[in-house]
Amino acid sequence: MKLQAILGAAAVAVTLLGTTALTMPAFAASVPDGTKLAADQTFNYRVLDNINSLDPDIVEDVDTSYVVGNLFEGLYNEDAKGNPVPGAAESYDVNADNTVFTFHLRDAVWSNGDPVKASDFVYSWRRAVDPKTGSNYSYFPGLVGVKNADDIVAGKLPPDQLGVKAIDDKTLEVDLNKSVPYFVRTTAHATLFPVPEAVVEKFGNDWTKPENIVGNGAYVLAENKPGERVTLKRNPKYWDDAKTVLNTINFLTINDENQGVTRYLSGEVDQTDVPAGQYPSMKQKYPDEAHSVPQLCTYYFDINMTDKQPVEALKDVRVREAISMAIDRDVIVNNVLQGGQIPAYFFTPPATAGFKAPDVEMAKMSQADRDAKAKQLLADAGYGPDKPVSFTYVYNTSEAHKKIATVVSQMLKEKLGINMTLQDMEFATLLDKRHQRDFEVSRDAWCGDYNEASTFEGLMDSTSSQNNSGYSNPDVDKWLKESSTSADPNQQYLQIEQQVAKDIPIIPIYFYTKVFLQKTDVKGWPYDNVEQVWYGKDLYKTAG
Amino acid sequence: MLLFILKRLAIAIPTLLVLIVLSFFLMKMAPGNPFTGEKNLPRDVLANIYARYGLDKPEWQQLVEYVWNIVAHFDFGPSFKYKDRSVNDIIAQGFPVTLTYGFWAFIVSAVVGISMGVIAAVKQNSWADYLAVGVTIGAQVVPNFVLAPILVLIFTLWLHWLPGGGWNDGKWPYVIMPVIALSATYLANIARITRSSMLEVLHSNFIRTARAKGLPGYKVVIKHALKPALLPVVSYLGPVFVGMITGSVVVDLYFSTGGIGQWFVNSALNRDYSTILGVTVLLGALTIAGNLVVDVLYAWIDPKIRY
Repeated sequence: MKLQAILGAAAVAVTLLGTTALTMPAFAASVPDGTKLAADQTFNYRVLDNINSLDPDIVEDVDTSYVVGNLFEGLYNEDAKGNPVPGAAESYDVNADNTVFTFHLRDAVWSNGDPVKASDFVYSWRRAVDPKTGSNYSYFPGLVGVKNADDIVAGKLPPDQLGVKAIDDKTLEVDLNKSVPYFVRTTAHATLFPVPEAVVEKFGNDWTKPENIVGNGAYVLAENKPGERVTLKRNPKYWDDAKTVLNTINFLTINDENQGVTRYLSGEVDQTDVPAGQYPSMKQKYPDEAHSVPQLCTYYFDINMTDKQPVEALKDVRVREAISMAIDRDVIVNNVLQGGQIPAYFFTPPATAGFKAPDVEMAKMSQADRDAKAKQLLADAGYGPDKPVSFTYVYNTSEAHKKIATVVSQMLKEKLGINMTLQDMEFATLLDKRHQRDFEVSRDAWCGDYNEASTFEGLMDSTSSQNNSGYSNPDVDKWLKESSTSADPNQQYLQIEQQVAKDIPIIPIYFYTKVFLQKTDVKGWPYDNVEQVWYGKDLYKTAG
Repeated sequence: MLLFILKRLAIAIPTLLVLIVLSFFLMKMAPGNPFTGEKNLPRDVLANIYARYGLDKPEWQQLVEYVWNIVAHFDFGPSFKYKDRSVNDIIAQGFPVTLTYGFWAFIVSAVVGISMGVIAAVKQNSWADYLAVGVTIGAQVVPNFVLAPILVLIFTLWLHWLPGGGWNDGKWPYVIMPVIALSATYLANIARITRSSMLEVLHSNFIRTARAKGLPGYKVVIKHALKPALLPVVSYLGPVFVGMITGSVVVDLYFSTGGIGQWFVNSALNRDYSTILGVTVLLGALTIAGNLVVDVLYAWIDPKIRY
């Protein structure tokens, strides 16, 4: 599973410059007057897999980040729309060029009663980048600009050189090596949470065991049974506990989506994902419970653009364009997936904050026109019934991927006579093949690390480690560089999208939606947060 | 007998070592590594992780250290995927779960399977025989990944009698469906083996003699026919018992029991090297122990084998 980091980064959102103290109201369960609350305030949330680690400096996947986000609290949290609201910090000051952030911590205690100090943040951040910790997310502080982070990860500097220091117990100063106007948003990400130094030092690797763990979030860990459940109980020492309503959160591991639905229907879970293709029937049967909300993810095909591409035809841009034209996205989203997904003709999801969708030509054409053009393009490239194009498409084993692959191969066969051989494999093998560029065409998907278009456009950089197609265009690289300092980066983003639509190193298929069932007595869910970051303290259950 | 057991134990240790070495190189041959994800990690980050888990050392050294840690400290190392757990933690948490439902599934399939097999054989070609054969064929052709959803449909969604999953420290409503799902196929096999073996014994000369002596039918069956008829069943029960107490990936994943069975597949898919080796050693050791018990039982049932 991929981490869809809990980080929002619309640069436009934080516009206050200079040393201005910012104070905003904290977010909590806002129960309207007269609401009758349920007697049993237990929220049962289905997770797909085992919870991977409860250590904030190590956590990797989305489901686990939800657990950790309830056990610990960063400087700022996200509200129902994904905007930053004060968490462990009450306010912050920032210098004129957005390179020095000073956070003022509120009076709060850990679940063992010790005060939460600025030094706990310093300890945690240093620990996250310390090579000895070996965290997958050690690159995160560097990504968001914390000074010296990359050099520490590379072993060139000791961890105590990280650009974060405790001025006193309640004041934390962060030095950045670049201007990051949206830095406050990034503090809602688990890697930048605090950890209790004394507890970590005392128990070492065992510190996250239920009997040892100490957190500063609204909940404490009661039980952790891998493969079954993780149970959290309300933390009475949490600073905003008076406003917390939910008493218990169960994260129930249910590997099979259909079993998830069964256990939802039997009342064992309050929320579960809807399997591909079942949304229309669910919406009809349970109109108030079935939801489909946009998500910051794109499903696409990579075409191997490197010299390792064995299929000569795919090196011809006309062939790539013909393939892209002939794929009827409407059929895929409306007849195969049926979950309100949006057909994609460009890369960055239109739900991304501040992103203006590009005016791509293909999006405006009818499918019949696209098909006609596809045939023309293929003929121009010198391919046809006498000289058919053949290639192999690789994807990781999954029902939904298989359905899409089958439908696409059918479309290409019927419309263009292209032989698309399907080859499924387990995920780790696919990743390895893609990494080695040992493929012709491959399934791929990307979820934004934060809510700003650069998290998508950055993949088109010739040097990006996520550029799986091996696409390289000097203009795109140049525009990417310009966008990082541009007052209106949208201009560059549009140039990049247009160029990628012309070069076709990738074929975008659709933009994801999160399709789920949720019991109607659950209130306070952040439907409008495109990254679906939720906190138990903001939820409540009504009676009846 | 003691010498026999000691001899078998002496073979067990090299067998386990061969198992570890083979598994080690097989899993290293699989493409990918525990740290590949959809997100490709920067080179420095990956290097730190490799160093943290000792994967930067030569493979022979990794293998030697791994075996040494098991022998000297009984430590299977940290999980590469579930990073705040050791493999010992994973086994300590999951094995009691599978041991519980596996044990009950074993009892159910052995008791019901043998009884059905005996009755079917004794009342051959009666309605009881047809029923038993019908049930066993039914249980055999429905694999547990089909049976499990059917059980949930009936007992959870329609009748509301049992929870659809979870374990809750092994409270009995949570144990029933895993036990049924796991035992069905084994039960059918045991019944089938018992029936055919029993039929063979019932047609042998010494049973004819016993009947000729005028012994009542139930005495003939229980005193004379049952013990020899069970021999093939016992040799089947050994590996079945080990297979059951180490759980089933279908049962663990479908019913979210948190048992050890899921890790056999899960750890391989995740390339979680230490966990793969840990559960392989566990299964290997239990299989060797199970076979030993079967051999001893065999010797007890059939004195011919002892010599």
